[in-house]
Amino acid sequence: MPSALIAEDEPLLAAALRADLARLWPDLQISAMVADGLSAVQQALTLRPHICFLDIRMPGASGLDAAQALAEDWPDDSPLPLLVFVTAYDQYALQAFDAQAVDYLVKPVDSARLAVCVARLQKRLAGTATATSSTLDQLRALLANHGALQAGAGAPATRLEMIQAGVGNTVHLVPVAEVIYFEAADKYLRVVTAEREHLIRLSLRELLPQLDAQQFWQVHRSLVVRASAIQTAQRDESGKVFLQLRGRPERLTASRLYAHLFKGM
Amino acid sequence: MPPHNSANGHGASKRAADQAHSSTHSSTHSSAGATTATSPWAGFARRGLRNQLVCAAVALVLWLITTGQRGNLFTAWVYSACIGTLCWFFIDGGRLMVAARLAGRQHLPLSTRLRWPGPGWMLACVLVGTALGYTLGTALGDAITGFNTPTLLNNRPAIAISMVVAVAATWYFYATERLRTEQAATDAARRAATESQLMLLQSQLEPHMLFNTLANLRVLITLDPARAQTMLDHLISYLRATLGASRSGLHPLSAEFDRLADYLALMAVRMGPRLQVQLQLPDALRDLPVPPLLLQPLVENSIRHGLEPHVAGGRIEIKATQLGERLLLTVRDTGVGLAPDVPAAPATGNGNGTSHYGTRHVTERLATLYGQRAYFRLALADDGEGGTLAEVSLPMPGARPAPNTP
Repeated sequence: MPSALIAEDEPLLAAALRADLARLWPDLQISAMVADGLSAVQQALTLRPHICFLDIRMPGASGLDAAQALAEDWPDDSPLPLLVFVTAYDQYALQAFDAQAVDYLVKPVDSARLAVCVARLQKRLAGTATATSSTLDQLRALLANHGALQAGAGAPATRLEMIQAGVGNTVHLVPVAEVIYFEAADKYLRVVTAEREHLIRLSLRELLPQLDAQQFWQVHRSLVVRASAIQTAQRDESGKVFLQLRGRPERLTASRLYAHLFKGM
Repeated sequence: MPPHNSANGHGASKRAADQAHSSTHSSTHSSAGATTATSPWAGFARRGLRNQLVCAAVALVLWLITTGQRGNLFTAWVYSACIGTLCWFFIDGGRLMVAARLAGRQHLPLSTRLRWPGPGWMLACVLVGTALGYTLGTALGDAITGFNTPTLLNNRPAIAISMVVAVAATWYFYATERLRTEQAATDAARRAATESQLMLLQSQLEPHMLFNTLANLRVLITLDPARAQTMLDHLISYLRATLGASRSGLHPLSAEFDRLADYLALMAVRMGPRLQVQLQLPDALRDLPVPPLLLQPLVENSIRHGLEPHVAGGRIEIKATQLGERLLLTVRDTGVGLAPDVPAAPATGNGNGTSHYGTRHVTERLATLYGQRAYFRLALADDGEGGTLAEVSLPMPGARPAPNTP
């Protein structure tokens, strides 16, 4: 029996979507209802539903962020869930859609439109091919579009040259030119150079527009690496890519969303 | 030990200060923009051409006053044009140079100072410029006509005429330029005001808010028609207040609180148990006149940037208190606070560009209405519950506010 997760922070709307789905698709089992993006990821990874309805603007993590986390952390032994984004108004983010692998609904959701969505989902689930690769492409386009929008929306970002990392009463000045990679860790950001690492209180999302995208590549939702510091990239069967660095012993993992960066010329 | 420095050094308080800065910046920018629209060279050339008209008029008058003999008109015009053009060149050029020097010394952009060096410097420019212009212009006129005009000291009437014309022309140019600059400043101010209204309206009638509210309403209509009707009533008063309310004049504090209650009632339906609302308005303060919808942007910010992104939701408290001769209005939430890592909302019509618009609007409005007598402050709430505290402090109404700008 097909199962679905509903992530929607407004209780009335979540209940209504559930009721409408019960009417249009009695066989669909709602395995979880969550009200924030973080729970959506966690519940989806635990319950592995076939379909996720994700509200785009949610507390914790947005629907897009949740989708990215799912694509990156989804176990290899089952296909990615079909994703349906739900939004009240998000004209720009939705431009990237062509509703093949991923569908989207605009609130208020009328029954006719929901019926179309249900038919589409049923067809996809009946199909033999897994949706994973096309879903990944779609998600990639969506995230790229969204990232560009966010970069454009804020104040014109100035290039970051020097990072001030404070520990106690001391502030370490770390030139960006010496940084090998940045890794998001909870509320902090690890700044790793050849010699040592520092923690700063900044999100990757805030940092990214201040970096030169030619020099620093995002390879995972929580990882940005200096391209010239990558020595080799090795791909495994699941699509993940392992990166060997110059100047650092550890290996980093690029998610399959960013695996396309590492193709032989 | 926890790291406490961010890469760009933005603490919460600095952020608030930055916002205050950006508002003053934007206002100077817009007025400067209006004056730079006419470049100094365009103005210089324009005055040069008009000056030729003045020269021609002077020549005609001189010719009429003297004999009106044939042939003399041409001569009069040659001298008038030579002297007048050079006088203009030295006076106007000298003035620009002096003004540029003065502006440079005060580190002001040239365009913002009207390029008026002050009466003392201007008088010096006129005297020196006229003397130079007269001497060189006469020599040039002599060269063209072949006459030999007596030197400066021997020809007092001519230098007097030049001086009178120079002063009159300077006065005329000063008056018209001043009018032009004032007109440009007025236009810019009007444009900024309209833009500000539009931005505010756009941030309040945000499509995301409207469509989500309508989606909830749509659900309630079948689920609970009575509640749907109440919600619709709140939506109607919210829309009426936001779209229709003139933001001029004053309304009672109780009306202000009613409008806030409309908006919060809509949000309470949408957010369910995630939102708790507390409104505290002492009876004694109900009738005090306040600027309409002054607190609205602050309450919307609390919801949009404080509580909506907060997984657990929280409480919003709106309070009016009398502190001696002052009225203190506070909007406090227990949301995510002013942390630099605000979870980014998905891009919408109102991107980051307008997200701080509300606080800027309140600051500007208070400055216009009360000048130095009111203040607005945005800070982290420091009582352990977290969230943001916005405070507006007004002189106690009764002593009528004296608007310093219309």
